[in-house]
Amino acid sequence: MYQFTYHRVDSARKASNLAEKNEDAKFLAGGMTLLPTMKQRLASPSALIDLNSASEKLAGIEVKGRNIHIGAMTRHYDVANSKDVQEAIPALADLAGMIGDPAVRHRGTIGGSVANNDPAADYPSALLALNATIHTNKRKITADEFFTGLFETALEPGELITKIVFPVPSKAAYMKFPNPASRYAMVGVFVAKKGKDVRVTVTGAGSSGVFRAGKFEAALTAKFHVKSLEGISATAEGLNSDIHADAAYRAHLIGVMARRAVNKANGK
Amino acid sequence: MPKVSMTVNGKEVSGNIDSRTLLVQFLRDTLRLTGTHVGCDTSQCGCCVVHVDGKALKSCTVLALTLEGANVMTIEGLATDGKLHPMQEAFRENHALQCGFCTPGMIMTSVDIVNRKGNKLDEQTIRHELEGNLCRCTGYHNIVKAVAAGAEAMGK
Amino acid sequence: MSATGVGASVRRKEDLRFITGRGQYTDDINRHGQAYAYFLRSPHAHAEINRLDTAKAAKMPGVLAIYTGDDIAADKIGGLICGWMIHSKDGSPMKAGAHPALAQGKVRYVGDHVAVIIAETLAEARDASEMIKVDYKVLPAVVDMNDAVKQGAPVIHDVSGNNTVYNWHLGDKAATDAAFAKAKHITKLDLVNNRLVPNPMEPRAAVGDYEPGTESFTLYTTSQNPHVARLVLSAFIGIAAENKLRVIAPDVGGGFGSKIFIYAEETVCVWAAKKVGRPVKWTSDRSEAFLSDAHGRDHLTHAELALDEKGKTIGLRVHTKANLGAYLSTFSSSVPTYLYAPLLSGQYDIPAIYAEVDGVYTNTAPVDAYRGAGRPEATFVVERLIEIAARETHTDPAQFRLKNFIRSFPHQTPVIMAYDVGNYQASLEKALEMSDYRNIGKRKAASAREGKLRGIGISAYIEACGIAPSAAVGSLGAGVGLWESAEVRVNPIGTVEVLTGSHSHGQGHETTFAQLVSDRLGIPIDNVSIVHGDTDKVQMGMGTYGSRSGAVGMSAIFKALDKVIAKGKKVAAYCLEASAEDIDFKDGKFSVKGTDKDIDFGSVALQAYIAHKFNGQDLEPGLKEGAFWDPTNFTFPAGVHICEVEIDPETGVTRIDRWTAVDDFGRVINPMIVEGQVHGGIGQGVGQALCEGAYYDKSGQLITASFNDYCMPRADDLPSYNVGMTQTPCPSNPLGIKGCGEAGAIAAPPAVINAITDAVGHENVAMPATPLAVWRAAQNAVARKAAE
Repeated sequence: MYQFTYHRVDSARKASNLAEKNEDAKFLAGGMTLLPTMKQRLASPSALIDLNSASEKLAGIEVKGRNIHIGAMTRHYDVANSKDVQEAIPALADLAGMIGDPAVRHRGTIGGSVANNDPAADYPSALLALNATIHTNKRKITADEFFTGLFETALEPGELITKIVFPVPSKAAYMKFPNPASRYAMVGVFVAKKGKDVRVTVTGAGSSGVFRAGKFEAALTAKFHVKSLEGISATAEGLNSDIHADAAYRAHLIGVMARRAVNKANGK
Repeated sequence: MPKVSMTVNGKEVSGNIDSRTLLVQFLRDTLRLTGTHVGCDTSQCGCCVVHVDGKALKSCTVLALTLEGANVMTIEGLATDGKLHPMQEAFRENHALQCGFCTPGMIMTSVDIVNRKGNKLDEQTIRHELEGNLCRCTGYHNIVKAVAAGAEAMGK
Repeated sequence: MSATGVGASVRRKEDLRFITGRGQYTDDINRHGQAYAYFLRSPHAHAEINRLDTAKAAKMPGVLAIYTGDDIAADKIGGLICGWMIHSKDGSPMKAGAHPALAQGKVRYVGDHVAVIIAETLAEARDASEMIKVDYKVLPAVVDMNDAVKQGAPVIHDVSGNNTVYNWHLGDKAATDAAFAKAKHITKLDLVNNRLVPNPMEPRAAVGDYEPGTESFTLYTTSQNPHVARLVLSAFIGIAAENKLRVIAPDVGGGFGSKIFIYAEETVCVWAAKKVGRPVKWTSDRSEAFLSDAHGRDHLTHAELALDEKGKTIGLRVHTKANLGAYLSTFSSSVPTYLYAPLLSGQYDIPAIYAEVDGVYTNTAPVDAYRGAGRPEATFVVERLIEIAARETHTDPAQFRLKNFIRSFPHQTPVIMAYDVGNYQASLEKALEMSDYRNIGKRKAASAREGKLRGIGISAYIEACGIAPSAAVGSLGAGVGLWESAEVRVNPIGTVEVLTGSHSHGQGHETTFAQLVSDRLGIPIDNVSIVHGDTDKVQMGMGTYGSRSGAVGMSAIFKALDKVIAKGKKVAAYCLEASAEDIDFKDGKFSVKGTDKDIDFGSVALQAYIAHKFNGQDLEPGLKEGAFWDPTNFTFPAGVHICEVEIDPETGVTRIDRWTAVDDFGRVINPMIVEGQVHGGIGQGVGQALCEGAYYDKSGQLITASFNDYCMPRADDLPSYNVGMTQTPCPSNPLGIKGCGEAGAIAAPPAVINAITDAVGHENVAMPATPLAVWRAAQNAVARKAAE
């Protein structure tokens, strides 16, 4: 790691004040991506603003009406094991339980993962499919507007995610095909149905990060059944190719994971 | 250099450290608790797993300064009053280690699995839960047996 | 059999320190005043160094010294060596380019050592490394073996204009050609033996120390053979005379071959300790390990098997290109030659074999021995060919093997080896039984009903272990003899320390060796300590690799114990007032034949040191004996592994459903430990077959340079193993031991690929059989079926 100044803060306000004064400061949430990146000297923030002491205010899960509110510092383990999440959006609890490994889930946070927008991360697919809203210390941003590209989000400098609000869907499921080496999503497909609105989102596969699979959505909007996906396939264009999976294989897996997700969402 | 204080294996400890110091470096270099190992730099191998406030963490991926006031337990703190922890016993009894390098992290993870999943663990659950710990010697067969046996013993 | 004797699954003595975090690995050792080394490594696969400017870096905080190739040269520190001479077909010696510990004018792979920075802290050393200015003239790089030997390819070492280290061969070409000329069926196969990164969980590390008062060096290092390290560092590299250089390999966290070799980093650390006047510590991080540990395997092979009209194997010819990387590592030259081609007869009676091997330089990390070293590569060739030949001739693969097995021993193969003993049929039959081979059809049908593909694959492997008779390896080009040493020191109260030249880095010698000693001397196992890994304690030894510690290392102990018992009889004779010839030794007691007069081992030990009863110089006081053991032949462990897989054709995911292993390791001292070795070997072999592969891009950058990209097998990638044994005791050592450390890694890859190709119905599945590769193969199978 390169040298940095360490700041421990106990509130979002203090964090954002500090961030505004330090242009290349970074927030430290779980650190599951940031710290390895810094260890490899691939990131060199001048300061780290440690949010872990603000966990009391920034973490927690609440059901409010037909929404679930999850604080930004809520650990993956807590989302995966929350009775509220398991009841309202079991797909989201499932997804949180598939991130990294148990030790990573104990530390990693939803806010950190969403802000990082790693193209192979799991959470972005859930936010986009469930039409979640990202609350920051400054504003509310819909998931559609939030994820803007590879490791890119709508967050402005110094802007801090405080919580994420998920509308409860009528049906949802997440299917992940992990990269054999890293266990990140090589292809992850989240399907969600809320009223007539069906969303199918794909992570891990796209060369510009998470995306919605329009063809699949249209087919499932007509009827939310696996048979609706017969003959529908994803195109390899714009998908990643690497030693573990070429674009054609990823495209194929999107179809497989989508069908399996629909079956799961339908309780099959 | 900033100061950090925490409880490690039941003892209050503190040190003035470079901000960059990872928990594993604080344990190994400052406290000379060298039972916690470093096997990779990408948070995958699990050789460095310790418990922080009762939960398994990869000590190579957390800053020591973040853990001000935390309660840390390392492999050195697992045996109490000179008596091995049942999971340690199970690893020895089932020949779940060869070179021993992954073993501290493997045992700390295994205890954590039992804490979360209980004392009756099937093979599939154990294999899945060990996702964050690599072993190059054993082919995992005996580790899986040891975790199951250790889990049962912990319930007694 | 006693509870702790030979044949008992004694729980390991070494485990207490490992399960309590009290092991002492090299990185756990901290010397007073130690400084930290960081190596600046080449970012280019092939470049000349025009200029290297360290001035600014030297002024960085905490920096104590920066050394480059010029400093190494000025101190006349020799280059790293390759200790096995291979001659080409034309009789010319292999073309070995210089291998300086720090680059001298040129770098040849990404990760090559350019300079070392020694500073108060590692972070400071690394900070300073970024201030070193290196002006590289980047040269075209070549990573593909076929490209490397083409005319006009970039020349990596001037001594080898065509990047070929040797064109070696073995066997009778004319006889083999004749066999093929009369063959009724020829099976042909092109295959890749994928490049692997050994990845022991403990990364390499070194602490160099220098004591000016005695002008002596100490090196703590992650080595499988500290004595060989001292020999090389002393005699070839010139750090110091042997008596002024102590090498300690403390607890070592796995090696799998990669810690046999003498690397640049430990050389530099021990050399620099004197120059800086401080102990110098270096610990590899995993990223460095990927770049700079010697890799394994990496063969391109074309092979052909000739059958007669009865389906009997009559000839085999093999042409292999072996990637040796950018420099010849310590034993690299021998791995694709003498550790490979002599095993090409497998378990089969093949009267004519001819093998050609081209050793090739590329701009990649050096390639050397990795678990099995040459023998997995040979087994993969043989067992894939045999399987395909069986399928092509519509013969059950098990029956095909039974028909062609060697049945009488000793058996001289056409490729050097004289197999001493074995019963291949017994292993196969037992494995077929244990795997329920006969009902595979039902299980395939059940899988098919679930939309899955099921396949079964047999691998009947043989290896040459116990490496080896010194005379034999010497005649083949080895620079050292491969005996082993032991010293048994009996203390006055009858406890025993055994000093062995073998090194344990996971094998459990502290237990297994103690079992042998306890058993033979009739003393409690807790009274026996095994000492290894320190050149100041153990005088000389050859270390642990090639599954040799049991067969060779324990035989040396056995021989030393014979001497201890013989001396003990003389001591007992004095005590019991009898003649030494009349003394028997059994169950820890010396007794006079035909009487009830006896004395226990501990009392004899005490009397040996008190020496009151000895008569002048007739009998020396003390009870301490040493022995060297040099076997008369290799040992030949062999066995059969059967893998059963189920494939999801939609995703290409392969799940190993069953694994059966039946191995003949000769006599077994500790079955628990032996089975553990089998498990671990299979794990690595399955890793090679299903997920591991090291890849460089065209410019020579390693793509798989972390666990994020290089797929290490995890617990949920592997099955439980059903392990059985057969036993034909080895006749060439007193214990009947053959060796077990590498068997799983040798047996597993063809078992997996034979199972997968069986499931998908055709042969074109390369290692690693990743989901992508298997999905493609399954798709092709589906398409082919549809076309039929």
